[in-house]
Amino acid sequence: MNSTKTLVYDGSFNGFLTAVFIGYEQKLAYADIQKKGQLQSGLFTETETIFTNLEKAQRVWNGVKNKSNSAIKNIYFAFLSEQNNMEALLYRYIQKLMGSTYKGATDFSDDCVLKINSLAQKVGREKHRMEAFVRFQLTKDEVYFANIEPDFDVLPLISKHFRNRYADQSWIIYDVKRKYGLYYDLQTVEIISLDLTDIHTNSLEKSAVFTDAEYEYQDLWNNYFKSTTIKSRINTKLHVQHVPKRYWKYLSEKKEAV
Amino acid sequence: MDFNRIKEKLNILADAAKYDVSCSSSGSNRKNKDKGLGDAGNGICHTYTEDGRCVSLLKILLTNHCIFDCAYCVTRKSNDIKRAAFKIQEVVDLTINFYRRNYIEGLFLSSGIFKSPDHTMERLIAVAKKLRLEENFNGYIHLKSIPGASDELMYEAGLYADRLSVNIEIPTISGLKLLAPDKKHEDFIKPMLKVKNEIIRYSEERKIIKSTAKYAPAGQSTQMIIGATGESDKDIMYSATHFYKNYKMKRVYYSGYVPISTDSRLPSLGSEVPMLRENRLYQTDWLLRFYGFSVHEILDADNPNLEMDIDPKLMWALRNLNHFPVDINKADARMLARIPGIGMGSVHKIISGRKYRNLSWEHLKKMGVALNRAKYFIICNSNDWERRDLDASKIKGMILQSQNGKFKNQYTNQLSLFN
Repeated sequence: MNSTKTLVYDGSFNGFLTAVFIGYEQKLAYADIQKKGQLQSGLFTETETIFTNLEKAQRVWNGVKNKSNSAIKNIYFAFLSEQNNMEALLYRYIQKLMGSTYKGATDFSDDCVLKINSLAQKVGREKHRMEAFVRFQLTKDEVYFANIEPDFDVLPLISKHFRNRYADQSWIIYDVKRKYGLYYDLQTVEIISLDLTDIHTNSLEKSAVFTDAEYEYQDLWNNYFKSTTIKSRINTKLHVQHVPKRYWKYLSEKKEAV
Repeated sequence: MDFNRIKEKLNILADAAKYDVSCSSSGSNRKNKDKGLGDAGNGICHTYTEDGRCVSLLKILLTNHCIFDCAYCVTRKSNDIKRAAFKIQEVVDLTINFYRRNYIEGLFLSSGIFKSPDHTMERLIAVAKKLRLEENFNGYIHLKSIPGASDELMYEAGLYADRLSVNIEIPTISGLKLLAPDKKHEDFIKPMLKVKNEIIRYSEERKIIKSTAKYAPAGQSTQMIIGATGESDKDIMYSATHFYKNYKMKRVYYSGYVPISTDSRLPSLGSEVPMLRENRLYQTDWLLRFYGFSVHEILDADNPNLEMDIDPKLMWALRNLNHFPVDINKADARMLARIPGIGMGSVHKIISGRKYRNLSWEHLKKMGVALNRAKYFIICNSNDWERRDLDASKIKGMILQSQNGKFKNQYTNQLSLFN
């Protein structure tokens, strides 16, 4: 019986897809796919290191995509959730999908499908939140700069949105937690890593990096935020539900509340 | 730019605009053009006010000077408040700079009526035109159609705006006469009709020539104040249905009247905003638009008002127990959508999930069905279902007991000991 094995991949999505390919190639009923560096091997399990292979990854991608477009999206989104054991769950999900006679991953009476669905939904929500909660600040070099700290690794998902929208200004969105960012230089979006001396949360103090007008506009925005509240309808619970407190430190309108 | 002066104006003119509920930025499909600024798509709420409403647009008045004296309105001419007016360029600069910082999806520009409706409308259009043509701004623009504006101006407005809206404010014509004697019902309807016809004309032309320019791609919306003139829920919903049907409205908004004046024709200052009623009306609106209900099923001459303690779908189900119980594994989508406690998301999951196996209580629970309400109305793959012959009031009592809504204190008869 050779149906359990630990596959170690490099942490990239293509690496994961390659691992799925290898799992199928070796007919593993259960593949324990783990990230390099976070390895927890069992006492009696065999371990194999996977080298990312674009061609193999592409074949898995196409295979799933032919089966269902929404499934491929679910897989990618759930992968970005960085949850423990999400790889093994995804492997099972792919097995179910490919083994099913129906097109699409629609068996909502199945726990694994529901789980992946809800993971993907959570990542989707975080993506949407980041599209909303990014607050650019204009630096003296005329770059619009924003720090974020999302729950999941959503930078790859929001890149297109910001590129399409802010096509005529250079911008940087930097993930403080994962220490990489996106930089748009009016032509293309590049992945960058910065040596940030200080993280630009919105403190009441002004930083010399940003233009003076920047703080004027933040002030205007704060004023707008206050005047648009209807006092006789205050509903703090709902407010916090929509704008969870963990995001406040990057939102200029919540400057005073932090 | 004199930031202090702008700040002062912004405070006055944002404050005056906040009673307009609409802040949606969805429904348009404007793409970024020639590497310009912005696009408009699914709509994003960039933040939420402390009363929990979405902020997605910079919502301001161009001015709060107004020649009208509508009792319900905070900018009415007889009200003694600070007045201010933006210059066109100031609005353009604010919009662009807020947009670049990712604060907003675009602009919602309304205005008090100064000089004449046409004069006001012209200025609103000038802002939108400048944003589109000079700044190459492709974000969302929502313009208010000024009641009484001419057809030519309404036509032009649609060329630059994504959405146009006229607030009819008072759902009944008699109420309008009482509270806004200088406004005529036809003045509200005329611009609405013009925009509707243009939208139809443009979409017909697009079928033949694909490159036809956009005309108000996010359609029209309107708003009604509730609880200001003693109108019934039936008046409101029938009037809303009329606008959805005859004017192809994308949305009708319901705004609980916030007391702002001592006028004897209106609820006095300090009276509660009817938020629960507002919530029930929105639920009804959703039932009409997404759940396949028609308005007379929910409200009619015998039942002119919604019940406050239960949601409208449950109300309908209790009145029509002959349709139940429904078999989850056999019923069609239309009937599934009518079961209390099952939303459209669950309907979709049930229909896909039951292809694989017959569904039981466990499955339904995991899909997110609100079983505390649904269980009285369904049977599924289980021997365990509600066998007692319960009448409507019994079911209602049991459901109310099992839930603990935030508005409970507003409808229970139980007196509070410490109050």
